Amino acid sequence: MLWQDSCKMSARTAQIRFVSSHFEVYEPCDDSFALVDALLADRINLLEHRPTVCMEIGCGSGYVITSLALMLGQEAHGAYYLATDINPHAVRVTRETLEAHGVHAEVITTDIASGLERRLAGLVDVIVVNPPYVPTPEEEVGCDGITSAWAGGENGRSIIDKILPVADNLLSDRGWMYMVTLTANNPSEICLQMREKGYAARIVVQRSTEEESLHIIKFWRDFDSQVEANEMVTTNRAAPTRIVESMLSQFPRLPFWKYGNDSCN
Amino acid sequence: MRLLTHNMLSSNIKGVTNGFPLRIEVEKVVEKPVDFNADFLKNMFAKIEWKALVDASRILGYAELPDEAEPSMLDSDDFLKKFHHALLELHLEEGALVCPETDRRFPVTKGIPNMLLHEDEDINNSAAFLNADTV
Ligand SMILES: C[S@@+](CC[C@H](N)C(=O)[O-])C[C@H]1O[C@@H](n2cnc3c(N)ncnc32)[C@H](O)[C@@H]1O
Repeated sequence: MLWQDSCKMSARTAQIRFVSSHFEVYEPCDDSFALVDALLADRINLLEHRPTVCMEIGCGSGYVITSLALMLGQEAHGAYYLATDINPHAVRVTRETLEAHGVHAEVITTDIASGLERRLAGLVDVIVVNPPYVPTPEEEVGCDGITSAWAGGENGRSIIDKILPVADNLLSDRGWMYMVTLTANNPSEICLQMREKGYAARIVVQRSTEEESLHIIKFWRDFDSQVEANEMVTTNRAAPTRIVESMLSQFPRLPFWKYGNDSCN
Repeated sequence: MRLLTHNMLSSNIKGVTNGFPLRIEVEKVVEKPVDFNADFLKNMFAKIEWKALVDASRILGYAELPDEAEPSMLDSDDFLKKFHHALLELHLEEGALVCPETDRRFPVTKGIPNMLLHEDEDINNSAAFLNADTV
């Protein structure tokens, strides 16, 4: 047990050698590491935020939720950690990974947050999600086995588009969400959708690997941006589609797209 | 599964209007000590459906919670200790959660509730999944 204690004291992220595995469960990969790096980069803000309820959707091996619990310190803030996955093997593996690190999260086998949405509505302060985001034929989404860990359907958006409204329902007034996206997912359009729901967004980590370019985007409720977004939607309705598209392609330069760590969150 | 989680779960079957609280069938309860944190309990208190917690804790064999609770009780250490124990330390390790409207069972195995529904399952056919052999 000694290593557990020392791990709990010193490590701020889960240790790969103590992450449990199963052949049908997604192993921690570049995207998982990028998400945890984003959380680490924002750790000071998270500590000040003092979340009471933290949740991961699609926990896979448990690497991310375990890291979050370790970096925020279970006991210091006494947060309630929850993790869901649609794959029962993943949920079991997550439980083992949490136990191996001496931290606790409640784990639930479910589709996104089904069964939790009514009672947890408006209570979740932090959501983290590394969704299945790889563009694939629609039939591969949600099919059995490891494929469902990455298969994201058209533009990789099938599951992401289901998660967004659920997250909006679950997040508290001061809620934050960290989400992994791929360039092919059209992150600018995701941000625009979230903006219409009243969220501001910024890129916390951007990483290009040989195969993919990942963005970890942080969303937070921002009532000013909701007003602006509504205005923009009204304006856009009159604008030709071509202009809307060209505006979206310039997305990184739009004012609500906040770069760096110096902005409000 | 902690009773805090039981307090946050409802039946997710399409068409069910009265899905909370889920009835508990107990096969095995375990107790796991958790560091006491009064701030956390005070934060969570307003979010808890008290009667559901009292009933659930009794089913798990813990009868110390008062039938009614109000915020002023949060000043009492004795109350907080009991609330802490019921909310966080009692775990349903094996058993099931049962939809109060359709009697559909959601198994709890190794402390993990399985809320997955079968494709096309809804209020009209979910009785067929009563003893669903969900994975
Ligand atoms: C890309 S993996 C990420 C795993 C882990 N969070 C990580 O970062 O290493 C996506 C995970 O989402 C899960 N998943 C896919 N569809 C889901 C759904 N509808 N509801 C919940 N989880 C889902 C998959 O089983 C898989 O474990």
